[in-house]
Amino acid sequence: MAEFLQSLMAYWESFPADLRFVVIATMQILAVTICVILTVAFTTYFERKVIGSMQGRIGPNRVGPLGLLQPFADVIKLLIKEVVIPQKSNRFLFVIAPLLSIIPALATWAVIPLSDGFVIADINAGLLYVLALTSVGVYGVILAGWATNSKYAFLGAMRSAAQIVAYEIAMGFALVGVLMAAGSLNLGDITRAQAGGLSHWFILPLLPLFFVYFISGVAETNRAPFDVAEGESEIVAGFHVEYSGVAFAVFFLAEYANMVLISALTAIFFLGGWASPFEGWSFLGDDSLLRATSFFWLAAKISFFIFVFFWLRATFPRYRYDQIMRLGWKVFIPITIVWIAVEGVMAWLHVGPWARLAS
Amino acid sequence: MGRSPRMLQNYVPILIFLGVATGIGLVLLALGFLFGSGQKDAEKLSPYECGFEPFEDSRMKFDVRYYLVAILFIIFDLEIAFLFPWAVSLDSIGGFGLIAMAIFLTLLVVGFIYEWKKGALEWD
Repeated sequence: MAEFLQSLMAYWESFPADLRFVVIATMQILAVTICVILTVAFTTYFERKVIGSMQGRIGPNRVGPLGLLQPFADVIKLLIKEVVIPQKSNRFLFVIAPLLSIIPALATWAVIPLSDGFVIADINAGLLYVLALTSVGVYGVILAGWATNSKYAFLGAMRSAAQIVAYEIAMGFALVGVLMAAGSLNLGDITRAQAGGLSHWFILPLLPLFFVYFISGVAETNRAPFDVAEGESEIVAGFHVEYSGVAFAVFFLAEYANMVLISALTAIFFLGGWASPFEGWSFLGDDSLLRATSFFWLAAKISFFIFVFFWLRATFPRYRYDQIMRLGWKVFIPITIVWIAVEGVMAWLHVGPWARLAS
Repeated sequence: MGRSPRMLQNYVPILIFLGVATGIGLVLLALGFLFGSGQKDAEKLSPYECGFEPFEDSRMKFDVRYYLVAILFIIFDLEIAFLFPWAVSLDSIGGFGLIAMAIFLTLLVVGFIYEWKKGALEWD
């Protein structure tokens, strides 16, 4: 057995270095993608359980123990459903639109540092890449609404385009604040800049930006209470009213993958990513597991934010459209501009938690 | 040469990831078209409009405010693009950089107040 493994290793070593690099990268990518898709599957189960118990119901409990196999049953059902392409639609765009939603939702994970030292593509411009790809996501929604050639879909697409665009500005400004504090566009460096325990996380000096970022994230993913793009009670299902079967499943997958992504990004930008909240507690001993940085902490933070998504959905009624636009343009953008100015002046005067900036 | 091939190598996984993501999407859609069978007829393929015959083409006129929001978005997004390199190099540009950006932001805030007063942000 050992000899066989050795010969396998020797064979592997005989490949050119570039090829080995590509093979390893592809393996990592597949592993991360499968994990993301599984997370999405159980997120849907988690959502139904959480909202079920918030509304005094049981939630899914028939398929498998505790209903845990429910997501797989759903996937199989959606796979064998017929995909209807409406006659008056633009067939090419109709099929491309779900693809344009899912590609950025998955590919953004390339720059997310999952633990100290593990990131698929450790690029300098990580944050720019994240912003660029999340912006592409809106094309999926607009194209879906336009290609369908249905009035409901068209209205949903218009609403969602204006909404996503408005909240993206607030999101961008909030990220400028994070950049000022971290001094790097690399997501790993942003996390490392928050090392040292709870009191070093950006959530404290950037508290307003944290709220702006997360709420904008909820609006960006078209989740309740900002789900006017879907608005079941007014425009049936908005941009995906005519999508059925697997084409709908792809939109669904993209929406939930984006939710997990926003949760991960919020954890990385404001809650120290993989860092432990107890890092600064030296009385726990030097080799305490509680103080170590690990993927577990990132996963815990992501799960918490996903829970907040569902909590918001179960708690708040849907916003009216003019209220959404007012919140985005007249509340969030002024808050972020003011906070960037405050941060700049504080850094210049060496005051407070920003003092190290101007060193 | 020096640094650039190494830097570019960091981007290769991104290219592969984009390919993998596209592949997953395509495979899913293909499976759907493969397994999902059904009879198609004219009524099923007509756009959904609460059971009515669709009156007209749905690519209709829309409110100009959506267009206005798109234009405002471009201005503010560019502003953010300007702020990014400034924010990253904050510790090396000191007071001069801060004042320069303050002037730039002031100009934009004046514009923002103007459009606010003009009612470009109103939805009623």
